[in-house]
Amino acid sequence: MFGKLSLESIPYHEPIIMSVVVVIALGGILLFGLLTYYKKWMYLWSEWITSVDHKKLGIMYFVVALVMLIRGFSDAIMMRTQQAIAAGGAEGYLPPHHYDQIFTAHGVIMIFFVAMPMVIGLMNLVVPLQIGARDVAFPFLNNLSFWLFAAGVVLVNVSLFVGEFAKTGWLSYAPLSELEYSPGVGVDYWIWALQISGIGTTLTGINFFVTILKMRTKGMTMFRMPIFTWTSLCANVLIIASFPILTATIAMLTLDRYLGMHFFTNDFGGNMMMYVNLIWAWGHPEVYILILPAFGVFSEVIATFSRKRLFGYATLVWATVAITVLSFVVWLHHFFTMGSGANVNAFFGIMTMLIAIPTGVKIFNWLFTMFRGRLQFTSPVLWTLGFIITFTLGGMTGVMLAVPGANFVLHNSLFVIAHFHNVIIGGVVFGMMAGMTYWFPKAFGFTLDEKWGKRSFWCWFTGFYLAFMPLYVLSFFGAARRMQSYAQTEWQPWFILAAFGALVILVGIACTIIQIVVSIRDREKNADITGDPWDARTPEWSTSSPAPFYNFAHLPAVNGIDSFWDDKQKNGPNAQLSEPPYEDIHMPKNTVAGPVMGVISIALGFALVWHIWWLAGLSALGLFVTFMLRVFNDDIDYYVPAKEVERIENAHKQELKELRA
Amino acid sequence: MKRKHFSFFVGLSLLLLLGGCDAALIDPQGQVGEQQRTLIFTAFGLMLIVVIPVIVMTILFAWRYREKAEATYTPDWAHSNAIETVVWFIPFVIIAFLAWLTWQTSHSLDPHKPLESDVESMEIQAVSLDWKWLFIYPEQGIATVNEVAFPAGVPVHFRVSSGSVMNSFFIPALGSQIYAMAGMDNNVHLVADNPGTYFGRSVHYSGAGFSGMTFDAISTTEEGFDDWVNKVRESSKSLNFPEEYYVLAEPTRNHPVEYFSEASPELYTQILESFHGGSGGAQQEKHGEQGGDHQGAPMSAEAVE
Repeated sequence: MFGKLSLESIPYHEPIIMSVVVVIALGGILLFGLLTYYKKWMYLWSEWITSVDHKKLGIMYFVVALVMLIRGFSDAIMMRTQQAIAAGGAEGYLPPHHYDQIFTAHGVIMIFFVAMPMVIGLMNLVVPLQIGARDVAFPFLNNLSFWLFAAGVVLVNVSLFVGEFAKTGWLSYAPLSELEYSPGVGVDYWIWALQISGIGTTLTGINFFVTILKMRTKGMTMFRMPIFTWTSLCANVLIIASFPILTATIAMLTLDRYLGMHFFTNDFGGNMMMYVNLIWAWGHPEVYILILPAFGVFSEVIATFSRKRLFGYATLVWATVAITVLSFVVWLHHFFTMGSGANVNAFFGIMTMLIAIPTGVKIFNWLFTMFRGRLQFTSPVLWTLGFIITFTLGGMTGVMLAVPGANFVLHNSLFVIAHFHNVIIGGVVFGMMAGMTYWFPKAFGFTLDEKWGKRSFWCWFTGFYLAFMPLYVLSFFGAARRMQSYAQTEWQPWFILAAFGALVILVGIACTIIQIVVSIRDREKNADITGDPWDARTPEWSTSSPAPFYNFAHLPAVNGIDSFWDDKQKNGPNAQLSEPPYEDIHMPKNTVAGPVMGVISIALGFALVWHIWWLAGLSALGLFVTFMLRVFNDDIDYYVPAKEVERIENAHKQELKELRA
Repeated sequence: MKRKHFSFFVGLSLLLLLGGCDAALIDPQGQVGEQQRTLIFTAFGLMLIVVIPVIVMTILFAWRYREKAEATYTPDWAHSNAIETVVWFIPFVIIAFLAWLTWQTSHSLDPHKPLESDVESMEIQAVSLDWKWLFIYPEQGIATVNEVAFPAGVPVHFRVSSGSVMNSFFIPALGSQIYAMAGMDNNVHLVADNPGTYFGRSVHYSGAGFSGMTFDAISTTEEGFDDWVNKVRESSKSLNFPEEYYVLAEPTRNHPVEYFSEASPELYTQILESFHGGSGGAQQEKHGEQGGDHQGAPMSAEAVE
C-alpha cells in the first residue's frame, strides 16, 4: 500500500531535523490561519496561483527563491560550524550521514532552487517588458513551468521530514549514487525533484527563446534589444541545449536504480566516467545560464546609473554569444584528474581559458561605461562594483584551475569551493540582488529602502571575503572539500574565520529581509508614480509602475538601443504617457491546469521515491488527463475592452498630474 | 631567469599570506610538486597583470566619475576603436601565453608520464576501498592499509584503482592526484626528494567514511625502506583474492594501519578484473560463479577516452 514508506521513515531521533519540522509546521499553520482570517484564499487563487501574468510568475519565482535561500543558507551555517569544531579527532555535532546530506542539499538547493528561480524570475519580470510584449509566447506553459519547479521545491523539502536526502554531493556522481552504494531514498528524492523541476526549466527555455525571437515590438531589431534581453536569450539557448542532457543522464541513472540496468554501475559494463562526462556536459553550460543574465543586469544598471550609453554594445553582445558557444566545449575541465591523456586535457584547458577573453572584454566595457559618466552610488551600483572586483578575482582562480598541471593539485580541494563561490556569490548573487533592487519598483510600484540595501551589500561583500579567502589558503595545505572532520588542528583557525564570514553574510541576508519589511512599511513615501524612478533607458520604464497587467496600452515603437532615453531627451518627461484612442487588448486567461499539474507532480514524485506504484500510476494518469483537458480547451483568451484600458491609463495620468502639481 | 625571479616574488608574497607556514603546495617535497608550484605562481602572476589594473580602474573610475565630482561627462560616447582594440588585445595576449604554457605543462606534468631519473622506478598499487587505502607491493609481495612507504629519490609508479566507488589518490606534498575507479587501471608517477612523512588522502568524496580515508606516505632512506618491508613481513596476516580481500573490502571508518606479510602479486589485476566479468566487486558469492568470464586485459582510463 505504501511501498517502502513506513513510520520509521520519519527521523524522530534527529533533534535538529525535528525542531525544523516544528518551526515549519507552526509557520505553515500561521500562514494558513492568516489567509483564512483575512479571507485571502480566493485572492491568492485567482490573482497568483492560476495567473499566467509573467510579472506575477516572476515575483513568485523570486519569493520561493528567497525562502529557499534561507533554507540553503542554514545548511551553509551548519557546515561552517561543523568544520569550525570538528578538528583533531573531534567529531563535531553532525555525524557523516547528516553532514553529507547537508552539503548535498546545500548545493542542490542553492543552484536549482535559489539561483535558477532568481534568474528565471527576473527574466519573467523583465524580458516581456523590455521587448515591448504583452506576455510571453506560451503563457500557460509559463505557469506550468513555475508549478513544476515548485513541485521540485516541495519534494526537496519533504525529504527533510520523510526519509532522507541524497548523501552523494550535489551532482550525485555514479557509482556512489547507484543502488549498491546508496540504497536509501535520498538519491531518489534528488532524481525526481530535479527531473520534475528540470522539465519546468526546459519549458521556460523554449518559452523565452520563442518570446524573444517572435514577440519583439515594432522596430526592435536583434541589435536594438536591451542587453539583459540578449543575455537572457543566450541563457535560454543554453537551457534548451543542455537541460535535455541532464534529463537523459538522470533518466539513465533512474533506469539503473529502478530497473537494475547498468549504465553507470561498476560492473556489467557500466561506465561511471560516462556519467561524469554527461553530467558536466550539462553542468558547465548551467553555470553560464546563471551568470549571463547577471551580466545583463550589471549592463543595465551601470548604464542607467552612469547616465550614459553602454560602452561597446555590439562587443558585449558578441562576447555573450562567444561565451554561449564556448561553454559547450569546456566540460572536461571538471575532471582533468580522471586521467585523460595530455592532449585531451590541454585542449579543454585552453578552451576554458578562451572564455576569459570575452569575459575580460565585458568587464572593460562596464568600466568604460562608467568612464566620463555621472555615476550615482545607489545600492545596485554598489552590487555592480562589488561584482567587478570579486568576479575578476574569481575569474583568475578559475583560469588557474583550468591549467591541467595546476589543477592536479588544486582539484577536489577547498580551492574549488572558494573559486565557485567567488564567481557565484560575486556574480550571480550580487547580480540578482542588483536586479531585484533595480526592477523592484516595476513589479510593486515603490522602490526598496536604500539604507538597508547598502548595509546588505557591505555585509555580503566583507562576509564573502572572510568566508572564502580562508578556503583558498586551506587548499594550499591540501584540505579536501566535503570533509566532515579532519585531523589537522592547525587548520582550525582558518575554518573558524570562515565560519565567522558566514555569520557576516547571515547579517547581510537579515538586512535584505529588513529592507523588504521597511520598504513595505514606507511604500507611500517610496512610491514610484512616474514608472521611471531611475531615469532609465529601456522600454520597460516607459509604462507605469507597477506595470498594468497588459504591460503597455500601446506597444512601444523602438528606433535605437536606448530608445526610451532618446525619447525622453526629445519629448521630455511625458514621453512615456499613452494617448487615446485605445484599442481592445487580447490577453490570455488564467489557468487551473498549471497548479493542478504541479500538485499531481508532487504526488507522482513522492510515489516514485517510495515505490508506491498505484499512486504513481494514478498521478501519471491524472497528469495526462489534466493536460489533455487543457489542450482541448479553447476558452483560453479574452479581450480587455478599450474602455477599461482608458480607465486604467487615465487613473495613472491623474496620479502623475497630482505628483507634478 | 626573469620568469624565475618573478615567480619567486609572487611566491614570496603568497608565502607571507600563508603566514610563512609549511603549506604542502607551497613547500613541495618532490619534483612534480615543485613544477606545479612554479606553474601556479606563474599563472597567478601573469593574470595579476590584468587583474590589478581592473581593480584599480574600477575604484578609480567609480570615484572620479561619481555624480558629485562634476567631471567630464559624455553621455552619448559609447564606442572607441582604440579602446576596443586594446581590451581585446591584452586579454588575448595573456591567454595566448597561458595557452602555450598549458600545452607545455599538460604534457610535462602528465600524471601518466614516467619521471626522468637515473634511478629505476618502483611500482606500488593503490586500491581505494570503503573507506581506506590498500597498497600492494607486487615486487615485495606485501600489502598494507593506510600506510605507504618508498625510498626517497626513487620515482614511484602508483597504479591506482578502486574496489568500490570513485576516489582520488592524493599526497599534497608530492603533487598530482589521480582518480581511483573500479575496473580502471589509472596511474600517477611521483617522487619524494627527502625522507619524511607526508599526509595523503582521498580527496574525492566517496561516502560516510570519506573524512577518515587518510594515510601516511613515508619517504625513507634505502635501508629504512628495507627495514619497513621487513616490519611488514613480520605481520601474521596475509591478503589473497577473493576471501581475505572481500573481508578487508567491507566498509569500515577510520581504519587503522594494517600490514600483510603476504599478498599475491596478481591481487591488483584480480581486483580490476572482478569488475570486468560481469559480477559486482562487492558481491563475493556471485564471483565464484562468473569468475571465469574475464574480458582480458584491464581497461585503462586513457584508452577509454
